[in-house]
Amino acid sequence: MTRVPLERKVLNENDRLAAELRQGFLAAGTLCINLISSPGSGKTALLERTLASFEPGRRVAVLTGDIQTDNDAQRLARYGFPVHQITTGGACHLDARMVEKALTQWRGAAIDLLFVENVGNLVCPTSYDLGEEARAVVLSVTEGEDKPLKYPATFYRADLVVLNKIDLLPYVPFRIELAREYIRRVQPDVEIVEVSCTTGEGLDAWRQWLDARYAGRTSGHAS
Amino acid sequence: MHEMSIAASMLEAVQSESARRGTHVLAVGVKIGELSGVDSESLRFCFDALVQDTELAPLALDIEFLPWRNRCRQCTRDFPVQDYRTECPWCGSAQTELASGNELEFAYMEIEET
Repeated sequence: MTRVPLERKVLNENDRLAAELRQGFLAAGTLCINLISSPGSGKTALLERTLASFEPGRRVAVLTGDIQTDNDAQRLARYGFPVHQITTGGACHLDARMVEKALTQWRGAAIDLLFVENVGNLVCPTSYDLGEEARAVVLSVTEGEDKPLKYPATFYRADLVVLNKIDLLPYVPFRIELAREYIRRVQPDVEIVEVSCTTGEGLDAWRQWLDARYAGRTSGHAS
Repeated sequence: MHEMSIAASMLEAVQSESARRGTHVLAVGVKIGELSGVDSESLRFCFDALVQDTELAPLALDIEFLPWRNRCRQCTRDFPVQDYRTECPWCGSAQTELASGNELEFAYMEIEET
């Protein structure tokens, strides 16, 4: 019996595809955002408010992942931008292959801003690079404020945490200061915005973050 | 429960290595970091379930768990991160970055002598 080194990532194939996607986004000037959260944290509502805020003609597109149904795509299609549902048929996360396949339908179309709404799950999507430039993790105040500590792998890889449903703060025991502290413990460099997709509070800060990432997309992330 | 897809990716990789080298693989070693998002026990369960229906069986899986460690950007020393305390225990700096714990990598294969 001989032991031979095998130095490669387990998800080598996914990482290779994701690197290709990232290269493609860079060449096309596309900013790709991977949105991750638990089921029901408000990823789709955030996207609805975001799409509604864009002027018609803005080159924005959405890929939305779910295990079953195209309900989210139907909700999002109302805003007039290209939306495609990826139905994983059981898989609890999107992978780079699914994104690549879904994007072929828009081949040749210029997309400035691509949102990828991952399957609602705080565990599995974290291991799968989709070629995104930034990851935004949504945490709503109807959840436990200790979720960053329970799911450190996901929060560690976040570029932005969106604390959602802040209009409900008076009615729930969620301690937002504690949530911020837990998020920063896991990822000290992360940015945090606090929003309500019901009242619209804080959505300016989210939009500013998007605009800043868009403005910095080619210079800041060439590696 | 993405460990099933990860186990499937591992088996594909071992199959291609086995075919490339033209030898039977007896064991495969992987490194799983604390921050990899992968549960070692689930991975082992899925791996064993999948491997038994392949020509790779029996194939042993050796998982090395790597705890979360950060390195200080100021004093460059590294330290284990416990209870999510990421500040440097040596110099107190808050400017620290991941040193290990992110791994989801193969380490080695044990192959039959040819």
